[in-house]
Amino acid sequence: MTGKEQGGAAVVALTDVAKHFGSVRALNGVSLEIRAGECLSLVGHNGAGKSTLVNIVNGTLRPSSGELAFPRAGDAAAAKAGIRSVFQELSLCPNLTVAENLRISHSALRGIGWRRKAAAEIGQSLDTVFPGHGIDPMVTVDSLTIAERQMVEIAIGFAPRGGAAELVILDEPTSALDAGIAEQLLTHIRRFCAGGGAVIFISHMLGEVFDVASRILVMKDGLVVADRAAGAFTRESLVAAMGHVAADAPEESTASERALGDEVVRTDRGLSARKGEIVGLAGLAGHGQAEALARLYLGSTSSWKSPREPRMVFVAGDRPRDGVLPLWSILRNASASILPRITRHGLVDRAAEEQVAAEWKQRIGIRTDDLANPILSLSGGNQQKVLFARALASTAPIVVMDDPMRGVDVGTKRDVYTMIRAEAARGRTFLWYSTETEEICECDRVFVYRNGTISAELTGTDICEEKILEASFELQETGT
Amino acid sequence: MTRLFARHRILLPVISLAVLLALTFWLQPRAMSYFGMNLLFNLAVPIALATVAQMFIIKVNDIDLSIGAFVSLVACLTATVLVQQPLLGVLALAALVLAYAGMGAIVRALELPAIVVTLGMSFVWGGLALFILPSPGGESPEWLSALMSVKPPVLPMAVWAAAVIAAVTHLIAIRSGIGTVLRGVGGNARAVARAGWPVVRLTALAYGLAGLFGVLSGMALTGLTTSAGADVASRYTLLSIAGVILGGGEFVGGRVSPTGAVLGAFTLALAASLLSFMRLSPDWQIGSQGAILILVLTARLIFTRRGATR
Repeated sequence: MTGKEQGGAAVVALTDVAKHFGSVRALNGVSLEIRAGECLSLVGHNGAGKSTLVNIVNGTLRPSSGELAFPRAGDAAAAKAGIRSVFQELSLCPNLTVAENLRISHSALRGIGWRRKAAAEIGQSLDTVFPGHGIDPMVTVDSLTIAERQMVEIAIGFAPRGGAAELVILDEPTSALDAGIAEQLLTHIRRFCAGGGAVIFISHMLGEVFDVASRILVMKDGLVVADRAAGAFTRESLVAAMGHVAADAPEESTASERALGDEVVRTDRGLSARKGEIVGLAGLAGHGQAEALARLYLGSTSSWKSPREPRMVFVAGDRPRDGVLPLWSILRNASASILPRITRHGLVDRAAEEQVAAEWKQRIGIRTDDLANPILSLSGGNQQKVLFARALASTAPIVVMDDPMRGVDVGTKRDVYTMIRAEAARGRTFLWYSTETEEICECDRVFVYRNGTISAELTGTDICEEKILEASFELQETGT
Repeated sequence: MTRLFARHRILLPVISLAVLLALTFWLQPRAMSYFGMNLLFNLAVPIALATVAQMFIIKVNDIDLSIGAFVSLVACLTATVLVQQPLLGVLALAALVLAYAGMGAIVRALELPAIVVTLGMSFVWGGLALFILPSPGGESPEWLSALMSVKPPVLPMAVWAAAVIAAVTHLIAIRSGIGTVLRGVGGNARAVARAGWPVVRLTALAYGLAGLFGVLSGMALTGLTTSAGADVASRYTLLSIAGVILGGGEFVGGRVSPTGAVLGAFTLALAASLLSFMRLSPDWQIGSQGAILILVLTARLIFTRRGATR
């Protein structure tokens, strides 16, 4: 059943909604109606605009243009229209009890004995969604397991809270749940929709999507590329709809002209790399790639000893958090990794420092008149180039890159690809986590991560969007 | 047993106070009387009130470095203006509570670090106090002195006061709905904001409550000492922070215990008396107080770590 076949006003109606963050167009004109009784599943790769769409529907973000309405409730505010969100990252207060957490999202609970009423309400909601859950509403959230916290969050989403839930948005709700509990949730979603509720269901488990959705919306680059009843899709056609329609022009081959050396990295979790190889870590964001790199990098460095010749260097993707030293100049930012090498008698050799920085400014094309300018005077892409210069200026044979091209323009990307290939040809090894397929296609070998473990290892012509998507999404049936 | 301590955080402050009290009575049996207890704990009452004020700030993940200067200012106002022009005095004290709430609103709305804002404000409070009372002196309003020297049945005033303070703040901070939401701000401010709460106003409320208890602390101090000075309570800043932590609170995460905070304040006040009973030179007292604090915190850390690994 699609929305158009059902009667009644839509719970949510979006008309040509767009959302821009600066120059980034996260959502590019989406029109959508969700009616009572529908379970709409939203699928798409990272950055397709799923979260932006969801955050506009629940009122966290305001659309840059277009209209958002709640015709059924006739109210302009998402909260009053009974729109509930269960977020992927946990949004409970860990220091409060389960019942007290309900109070946070249900401000009408007041007066003497509110705690008992809250406990009864959340207890009942938990009983409905997850029969036999065994969670005491009076226990503090931080003593619960991650799965139990997720269950509480879902139960709060479905709880009446003084009105009734009209539309519940579930963003990867089963990621922390085991198969049995997940099945309870899916059963509840079906029951909830049959009773006239609407659900937006986001999941990377395609088995679940087909299990529960009445309609599937495929998003790509901020646009809806397919919107059909769930029955009109097969797994293969769904994966195809998520990927590129036409493949890009073939890149010049990468590994073939380079001779790969011995294996230089091998972890007990299956990640390995050879000398001169560019190894990609792919998969959906937050599936353990960054953690794998952090484990590898932090395991090889010491917080006490500083070797004169480091074995590994790290290129940060989250620049403000673990890359840029915001108060320092471009020069100081670039030379931070080579200070031990250019230090004479405990003092920094300024001339050598400037020489190295000037050389890398040239090689990597940092656009600035003066390296003494503050780093924050540069654009994001050029800041990233400085971080690359910092890493590549060192003598370390292994370079670990944590999604380094976040928010970087196309021109810079091309420069960096060339740079990386040249450095690899000289025998450097790159471990490259990226959420963008285009970058992953630059690699010689790709490990696809799912739920914290490697789900596939691809080489050569197997490195293509379709194969990566296949390995990123759970294609098998869930334990039903 | 470690599990018991990890589960019930209130046990450790209770035991710390009990051990210190037992040592005191053992060293100085005469303290074990109505009069002796009153002497021991009299000055702990304003410290307990200041500690509760600090607790409201720590509850929303901030820290207040101005509470000592603020209590001193209140004491100066109480010893002068409140005696001479009671109406103006009451208005001035109410304005101070509002100023505290405003400080909280600024901290949250502009996302300034509370540690810096309150440190800056401590000089403002200190300056105002010097302006009002350039040299120590003044007098306590009669009703206030009478209230602080009241002799209730069975147990001395200080013990009853502690029970009342603990009960009232427990109701406000733990039992009430709004107190729960305030703890939620400390636990996960984003979740509270997403549920539609005005976080800036909530923070202002928390700071306003802290201001209220700061005012009560300054008044209690003046009632006890019957005079005031611009730095009469400067020790309170660190004592109050130590008291909250000693009482089972944590700097972040909205985990605080009002009862624990009152017990913590009494423990710290008692530690000073105990050390003088041990005939320890006053030079060593502050250091020894710090040692007791470190000891108790170490014990707590061990219990919580073990509790977490079980």
